[in-house]
Amino acid sequence: MAKILIPTPLRQFADKHDSVDLAGATVAEVLASLTQKFPDLRKQLFNDEGRLRSFVNVYLNDDDIRYLQKDATPVAAGDTLSIVPSIAGGV
Amino acid sequence: MAVATPVANHASTLNKDEILRYSRHLILPEVGMEGQLKLKNAKVLMVGAGGLGAPLGLYLAASGVGRMGVVDFDVVDFTNLQRQVIHGTKDVGRKKLDSAADAMLDINPYMTVDKFDTAITSENALDIIKDYDIVVDGTDNFPTRYLINDACVLLKKPNVYGSIFRFEGQATIFAYPGGPCYRCLYPEPPPPGLVPSCAEGGVLGILPGTIGMIQATETVKLILGVGETLVGRLLLYDAMAMRFRELKLRRNTECPVCGDHPSIHELIDYHQFCGVPNPSEVTPVAEQKAGYMSDTEIDAVALKARLDRGDKFQFIDVREPNEYQIASIPGAKLIPLGDVPKRVGELDPNTEVIVHCKVGGRSAKACDFLRQSGFKNVKNMLGGITAWSDKIDPTVPKY
Repeated sequence: MAKILIPTPLRQFADKHDSVDLAGATVAEVLASLTQKFPDLRKQLFNDEGRLRSFVNVYLNDDDIRYLQKDATPVAAGDTLSIVPSIAGGV
Repeated sequence: MAVATPVANHASTLNKDEILRYSRHLILPEVGMEGQLKLKNAKVLMVGAGGLGAPLGLYLAASGVGRMGVVDFDVVDFTNLQRQVIHGTKDVGRKKLDSAADAMLDINPYMTVDKFDTAITSENALDIIKDYDIVVDGTDNFPTRYLINDACVLLKKPNVYGSIFRFEGQATIFAYPGGPCYRCLYPEPPPPGLVPSCAEGGVLGILPGTIGMIQATETVKLILGVGETLVGRLLLYDAMAMRFRELKLRRNTECPVCGDHPSIHELIDYHQFCGVPNPSEVTPVAEQKAGYMSDTEIDAVALKARLDRGDKFQFIDVREPNEYQIASIPGAKLIPLGDVPKRVGELDPNTEVIVHCKVGGRSAKACDFLRQSGFKNVKNMLGGITAWSDKIDPTVPKY
C-alpha cells in the first residue's frame, strides 16, 4: 500500500479525504485505483487523452515522477505519492 | 506611473542611529556590519502589497533593506484587514501603495520606497524589474505569476515565490542562476476557473503571514549570501496539519524560457497564455447599463424586476452553506457548485434557470455545466450577491 496525499483544492472531488492508502505497483496503477475510488478526480488529474494534466505534478516521496520513470515509476509499500497542483493565491 | 527616486549611492557605513537600530543584527556573526551593509545596499521589488506583501514589506523594511519597490494598483477595503496587516482600518479607501509605503517608512525611515501605481504587465515588467536585485512575487493570479517568472528569467533576477490557497502554501526561489523556474515546475496554468481565487475560496488570515515570512527569510538569505536557500526545493505548508514538506525541484533542460534551448526570448501575452480575459478589456459589471439581460446573463436590477413580476424561473445559489448563512437572496435555492452534478435532477431542463454565487465566477461554471447537460435557457447573474447588496438591498451584508 502507498499513501496518496490529496491537496486542498482536490479534496472536494475525493469525499474530502486528505489522504488515502491504495495499492498499485506503479504510479499509473496507484492513480488508477485513486480515480476508481473517486471518479470525480479523473477529470481533474487527467486530460481527454488520459495523460496527467500539466498543472498537476505527482511526486513519489520527494521526487517529481517526470524525472523518474513518469507513470511507469515503481511504487513500493510505504511510499508516499503527493499530488501537487498549481495554486496562485497571494492576496 | 513609477515614482522612481534617484538610485542612492552605495553605502559603506551606517550612522550612529542605524547602528543602534540594527544592533541585534550587528552582533550576529552571520550578519554583522558587512551583512547589514549588504541589506542597506539591496534593492528588492515586491509585486503586490496584499496578503503576502504585508508581512514581507514590514519585515524587509525592519531588517534594513535599503530600497524597496512596491507594485500595486489596488485600494484597501475592509475584507483585506483579516490578513493584510500592513494596512489598518484607517487606511480603508486609500491606495495600498501609499498605505504600505507609510507603514514601511514608519518602521524604518532609513530606507527608500519606490511606488509603482500600476498592474505589472508585459509592457512594463522588464522596465520595472531591471533596477532591482531580487523580485518577491506576492501576486494572486496565474497570468501575473507567469509574467513575473519569465521577466525574472530574462533579466536573470531571482524570484522569491510564494502562493497560498485556503490552508496551504507553497514557497521556493525561481530563476536563480542555474536553478529551475516556475515553468519548470508547472509548464502550463490550470484552465480558468478550476482553482478558485481567495475571494471565492477563502483563505485563513494567518496563512499569508507564514508564507510571506518564508519569502522574506529567503530574500534576506539571498542578500546576505548565507544559509541554504530554497533554490531547487519546493516547500509545502499545510496549516491544518501543521506540517511542512519539501519536494525536489529541477531545472527542465527543455523549459521554453530557462532551458538549454529556450524558445521564449521576450514577454508574451500572459492572459492569452492562461486563457483568461485581459482585465483591461473587460467591461466591469458596474459600467454596464442597469437592467442588463442577454440570453446568457442578467444583472441584479433586471433580476429584481423579474422576481417582483413573479416571472417563472428556477433561481439557484451555488455558494457553500456557510456562505448562505452569512447572506442570501430571497427565493434562491441553495445547491453548492460541487453538488450541482449529482443534484441536477432537482432542476427542470426545459424551464429557465438563473444562477448566482458571490461575485459571478462559480455561477458561470454552473451555467456551463447546465448547458452541457442539456438545459436550454440558463443565465448567469452578473456580480452575484455582492452586486445585489450594492444595487438592490444594502442590508444584505457583503463578505
